[in-house]
Amino acid sequence: MTRYIIRRLLITIPVLFGVIVLVFIVGRLLPGDPCRILLGERATDAVCAEFNHRLGFDLPVLEQFAVYLGNLGHGDLGTSFRTSRPVATLLIERLPMTLELSLYALLFATTVGILLGVVSAYKRNSAVDVLTMAGANLGVSIPVFVLGLLLASLFALVLKGTPFALPPSGRLTAGISIVPLAVRWGMENDHGPLRAVVDFVSNMYSLNGLLSAQWDIFADAIRHLILPAVALGTIPLAIIARITRSSLVDVLGLDYIRTARAKGLGDRGVVRRHALPNAMLPLVTIVGLQVGGLLSGAVLTETIFVLPGVGLATYDAITSHDFAVIQGFTLVIAIGFLLINLLVDLSYGYLDPRIRPT
Amino acid sequence: MTTAAAPATVGLDAAPRSRSSGLWRDALRNILRQRNARVGLSILTILVLSAIFADVLSPYDPDKTLLGAEKRLAPPCVHLLGCAAAKPEHPFGLDANGRDEFSRVLHGARISLQVGFITVGFAIVLGMLLGLVSGYAGGWTETLIMRVMDVLLVFPALLLAIAIVAALGPGLINAQLAIGIVAIPVYARVMRASVLTVRESDFVTASRALGESPFGLIFRRILPNALTPIIVAGTLGIAGAVLDIAALSFLGLGAQPPLAEWGSMIGQDRNYVFTAPHLIWFPGLALALTVFGFNLLGDGLRDALDPRLNR
Repeated sequence: MTRYIIRRLLITIPVLFGVIVLVFIVGRLLPGDPCRILLGERATDAVCAEFNHRLGFDLPVLEQFAVYLGNLGHGDLGTSFRTSRPVATLLIERLPMTLELSLYALLFATTVGILLGVVSAYKRNSAVDVLTMAGANLGVSIPVFVLGLLLASLFALVLKGTPFALPPSGRLTAGISIVPLAVRWGMENDHGPLRAVVDFVSNMYSLNGLLSAQWDIFADAIRHLILPAVALGTIPLAIIARITRSSLVDVLGLDYIRTARAKGLGDRGVVRRHALPNAMLPLVTIVGLQVGGLLSGAVLTETIFVLPGVGLATYDAITSHDFAVIQGFTLVIAIGFLLINLLVDLSYGYLDPRIRPT
Repeated sequence: MTTAAAPATVGLDAAPRSRSSGLWRDALRNILRQRNARVGLSILTILVLSAIFADVLSPYDPDKTLLGAEKRLAPPCVHLLGCAAAKPEHPFGLDANGRDEFSRVLHGARISLQVGFITVGFAIVLGMLLGLVSGYAGGWTETLIMRVMDVLLVFPALLLAIAIVAALGPGLINAQLAIGIVAIPVYARVMRASVLTVRESDFVTASRALGESPFGLIFRRILPNALTPIIVAGTLGIAGAVLDIAALSFLGLGAQPPLAEWGSMIGQDRNYVFTAPHLIWFPGLALALTVFGFNLLGDGLRDALDPRLNR
């Protein structure tokens, strides 16, 4: 097992390097003079020379890459062209919101998806199965931004005034203010890594409300996250339901299941104790792969529901040509995705002994 | 497809040719037997027809601002469904600029289908080439190509496309290029896997022994046999490409207004979602139907063409 882990880690290193090289190359794709694009056509030569020098655009490409790599080494993801703030700071501020949204979307997708998949596999070719699978096919076909807008108009306009109405934008209802956990816990003078972690958690509003036992904030934050999480989670949900079904159908046809039935085990017992654990294996990979989709879907979801996460930051960066932010965000998400896939592979080796190389 | 290959040696080709036409007829029958494929094909036929005849079918010019009895953002009006006869008929209503939404949605079919086919075609050609070369050459060429593909696969597709278009500059061509590049690894991998399987099979060895050139081996023996998984992946790929390009256009990175592209139309009008929801509904429905059609057809093709699933 140790050798498997080490080998898997070693494979990751060149890929990680490749990711950094690719993000760097994409950053240098800017056609023409980056200065004129970012500062406008009428920037003077002197201003441009200073600008290019400050950002290192006047160096040879390889040297630029070395500088980029060096900066990454100590956590410098570049500086926003527009706000002149470090991109890393911006991401740390905005990431909790996006993670919170993605977690709820993933929670929604896995629980409902697995449930629907199990029911369809169990009642194969029944009306429930046909409907679920047709729904799953439709679910993967609806663009996040269309579904988001439809949900918003349904729950905020059509159902307005009913108990089912949900807010279509923002993180909290106007008037509800949230106190950072650091302030609440008297950590204002602490500036160590613990404080950074507390600040990060504190920015996930539902978790903040939960940890400080402010149930009104918790409930309000959740209410604001339901529509975006459903919009974002629908495509992964459909994929998870399909994979669960096909995987479970495969497993249910195997000999050991027949044996279990022959022993007199009831249907529920067979599915829960014998079939599901084995059918879950492919699911780990699929759920891992969905995380990437969630993070890029967050750009669309946050834009629609006006949630100030990295997705909305990316949208703002797109509209203001703030390329450093897009580049930094892409790199962080790609590395995060790479690590998740690494974890998935490692867990696979753990869950399925046959995968481990001897 | 194998019938298209010119016979190099008659003895070798005569048998597969007569059998392969049956094989493709079988495949077609299998496809039509799949409910998914039938529904998908029907949806796509309607879409392709409305794309081809968009100019004939649309009551108005999709880019023309209508002035007169019409009001901008007017809701759908169909006389048969009880809309006052005095009002001009607009099945999907009018958009914020007073243009006929129905005509715009119809023309959008043309753009989305075109864009989907071109993008995936680009990705398939490059991906197949890379897969063929790496599968056939092996060694460091293979390692290099496949590692680059691995790196591309690490990125969430839409996100990398956003970064590429943000760098190259917004526009439909750049969006297609970005989505196409991001899709290459899928086809390269499928192709390479097929090449590796087919390369070692007896009929390829036989062709080689009969003196067929590497070029002939690749294009006459290996390629036709690797086409099935590419066709399946490509059909599902079009669904993804249509979706991703619409997403880029929604974000303002793809098609630019006033072009009647569904994603861009929704992006332009998204602030009217509460006042004129028909501007979101109809292009959204068209987009979902297109993607749905390709997804169903892709699933059906996979079930029909993959012999391993037909046991």
